[in-house]
Amino acid sequence: MFLAQRRLCSLDSRAKFLKTIYSSKILGLPASAMSLKITNAKRIEGLDSNVWVEFTKLAADPSVVNLGQGLPDISPPVYVKEKLSKIAAIDSLNQYTRGFGHPSLVKALACLYEKFYQNQINPNKEILVTIGAYGSLFNAIQGLIDKGDEVIIIMPFYDCYEPMVRMAGATPVFIPLRSKPVDGKRWSSSDWTLDPQELASKFNSKTKAIILNTPHNPIGKVYTKEELQVIADLCIKNDTLCISDEVYEWLVYTGNKHLKIATFPGMWERTITIGSAGKTFSVTGWKLGWSIGPNHLIKHLQTVQQNSVYTCATPLQEALAQAFWIDIKRMDDPECYFNSLPKELEVKRDRMVHLLESLGLKPIVPDGGYFIIADVSLLDADLSDMKDSNEPYDYKFVKWMTKNKKLSAIPVSAFCNEETKLQFEKFVRFCFIKKDSTLDAAEEIIKAWIRQKS
Amino acid sequence: MFRNVAAIYLHLAGLLQRKKAGTSLTRCLHQTFAMAKRLQARRLDGIDHNPWVEFSRMASEYDVVNLGQGFPDFPPPDFAVQAFQLALSSDYMLNQYTKAFGYPPLTEILASFFGKLLGQEIDPLKNVLVTVGAYGALFTAFQALVDEGDEVIIIEPFFDCYEPMTLMAGGRPVFVTLKLSPTQDGELDSASNWQLDPTELASKFTSRTKALVLNTPNNPLGKVFSEAELELVASLCQQHDVICISDEVYQWLVYDGHQHISIASLPGMWERTLTIGSAGKSFSATGWKVGWALGPDRLLKHLRTVHQNTIYHCPTQGQAAVAQSFQHEQARFGQASSYFVQLPEAVQRSRDHMVRSLQSVGLRPVIPQGSYFLIADISDFKSKMPDLPGDAEEPYDSRFVKWMIRNKGLAAIPASIFYSMPHRKHFDHYVRFCFVKDESTLQAMDEKLQRWKTELRP
Repeated sequence: MFLAQRRLCSLDSRAKFLKTIYSSKILGLPASAMSLKITNAKRIEGLDSNVWVEFTKLAADPSVVNLGQGLPDISPPVYVKEKLSKIAAIDSLNQYTRGFGHPSLVKALACLYEKFYQNQINPNKEILVTIGAYGSLFNAIQGLIDKGDEVIIIMPFYDCYEPMVRMAGATPVFIPLRSKPVDGKRWSSSDWTLDPQELASKFNSKTKAIILNTPHNPIGKVYTKEELQVIADLCIKNDTLCISDEVYEWLVYTGNKHLKIATFPGMWERTITIGSAGKTFSVTGWKLGWSIGPNHLIKHLQTVQQNSVYTCATPLQEALAQAFWIDIKRMDDPECYFNSLPKELEVKRDRMVHLLESLGLKPIVPDGGYFIIADVSLLDADLSDMKDSNEPYDYKFVKWMTKNKKLSAIPVSAFCNEETKLQFEKFVRFCFIKKDSTLDAAEEIIKAWIRQKS
Repeated sequence: MFRNVAAIYLHLAGLLQRKKAGTSLTRCLHQTFAMAKRLQARRLDGIDHNPWVEFSRMASEYDVVNLGQGFPDFPPPDFAVQAFQLALSSDYMLNQYTKAFGYPPLTEILASFFGKLLGQEIDPLKNVLVTVGAYGALFTAFQALVDEGDEVIIIEPFFDCYEPMTLMAGGRPVFVTLKLSPTQDGELDSASNWQLDPTELASKFTSRTKALVLNTPNNPLGKVFSEAELELVASLCQQHDVICISDEVYQWLVYDGHQHISIASLPGMWERTLTIGSAGKSFSATGWKVGWALGPDRLLKHLRTVHQNTIYHCPTQGQAAVAQSFQHEQARFGQASSYFVQLPEAVQRSRDHMVRSLQSVGLRPVIPQGSYFLIADISDFKSKMPDLPGDAEEPYDSRFVKWMIRNKGLAAIPASIFYSMPHRKHFDHYVRFCFVKDESTLQAMDEKLQRWKTELRP
């Protein structure tokens, strides 16, 4: 400090001025007392904890069979990997591209999604490419939700919805999916529904938006036409926006059809529909997603984009565009990834259902998505080691199962808000977009578990 | 909106053109959506304008040599391209999510590489956050630390995102201008002559000042802050307990033997500084969008909270490529074979070429000591042709750039977009040029300038 002071003293007009500054340090105030101002912004107060950070660390042990985080351990399709490889060699694709989305990608997305909407989609005005669907959720919420607004969230919910709504200064209003009694027959995700009257009661003059997730994480529910109509009617009646998270849109199983709420009458103009390359092509690490909607909504997401990340990575967007063109051209072909992946996953789903049933559990068979949840309290696991913890049952169970059975999953109460964690605390979520050898290893663990029980 | 029936029909006809056969009219009639509630969030007020869109569009519409856009038109170095190829062809699991706060090999190499440079023990888990470009690091920092009513000191001219990012966080930007010390007549101006007045700077700090944004080397000026200047900023930040957000994306692009100094390496500054860097600028691969923030855990933990509630992860493969590229550079640090040595050497030659060429038409470049850019004084043009076409309130430099694009086949960026609104009229006689361009581009620039010269009135 003193060397610096001497050097500075040799500069003319600054010397006298700087002496005054240094003398205040001589007062000997400790550094900590001077840091009362360096605090976080209020918008992130209480948002620092995160279930994934805790549980992925737990499952990182290579001897653990990881059915927790929703990440495929299968390879993406060969042509997707090949495209990226070729593109990375093209010079210009290593520099910035258009902020709201690489031109060839937004064209491909417009071409694909026009097949589902009644109108053409303007690639520049009605599409925004984001950092994963996660980024689209953030842009939509920051762009359209204000302090004091209310946002309806259906429980259980993908865990980021609540903190994102709170970060925007708004209030989440929760409504749970409730199950019909299912004596005798297999429990299905379609048995979980919203009570229309209860839903209607959640809307008021402050309600800015409702967040819809179909197919649903973690239950796997694929909303029917009638269910979507109830939501649409309420949105229109209450002048509310709909943020529709449809990342698992291609992953629907036999007997089910994914429907886009934005295609319902009166809904295009008030809906943002979100998609994900990660979930579409099994490339979660590419972190590319998109929002589709009318320009009067998308333009506000674009404003957030130009003030946050500005643009997404170029080579990945070009590779994604080219992968899309391959599959857009063969949408009726069973070889098209949009058709082949759900077929592949349905087999894995059925295998998981069977495995969990063999353990004595009653899993909820998902109609879509790549997760399955089951009530694990029937296993009556000995969690006495953790009796002092005031964590919900499922948190304790997952930690116990990871440690003792070398099998990891995610507690479903992580997808609930504080007040309602108890409603889902007996449920645990398993991910089945895993290669056969992973599922074989899970099967071995479950077989040993069954033997140990009997 | 509809003055007569004809207008209504025209409007509907226009809408119908977008429709497919056999669909209902319902969607058409709802095109003009009017929500009773206010639609967009208030945090977007005043930040929706994007000056770049207009100039990019114009540059693509005309036959121009584009010296406006701030990115290289040459490829990244071979070792970087190979690093990316390796990331794509090795473990297929690199196609999936990595650790939220940074791919471990990248956070580890950043920690060791910059730990040495900053003279600081850097923990890859606590003191490093990988972001979507330096732009993403800036955004994360503002959202984490700037609150409603906080003041943020911004030194002008400034990279244009600092102001809207401050506003979006509810903060109040407080501007302090780099002022030019007059040069001898005939001599070209230097960016180092643009300086902060210490008394004026000190007067900008109040009890509400939360942060100061420093950018060295500076965009658009190309100024490299000296140690003395950094010490001035440092002492004020410490005295007033202010965070320093130090944007150092051009840290390797320094010329004429100048030294880039990170303010975080000065005594007392590590604990209150966020040092932001960019793989895009370091490896001439701006399209990879990999950046980082380095700093003490007590600041980084808040950036992590924002990160996990905004994008959660950054793409994996780009991070793997950057990690590999840093390995390459760490092995050659300070040597002639290092890209961080070769790049500024090559770019300095481009800078000198541009400085010579621009003068031939009466543009007067300000010599930059660093960064991708220089600004050129267009005062002569302002006095000789003051009335160029443009909008009512449009500053002169913006009209000049448009005129130059349309008539002279050269694209640049008006310097006034790097100034706060009230100060634009004082700095509307400068235009920013990017010289990080291939030799063929600079030759094409020379051809345009030669033609321009012949067209000059005597």
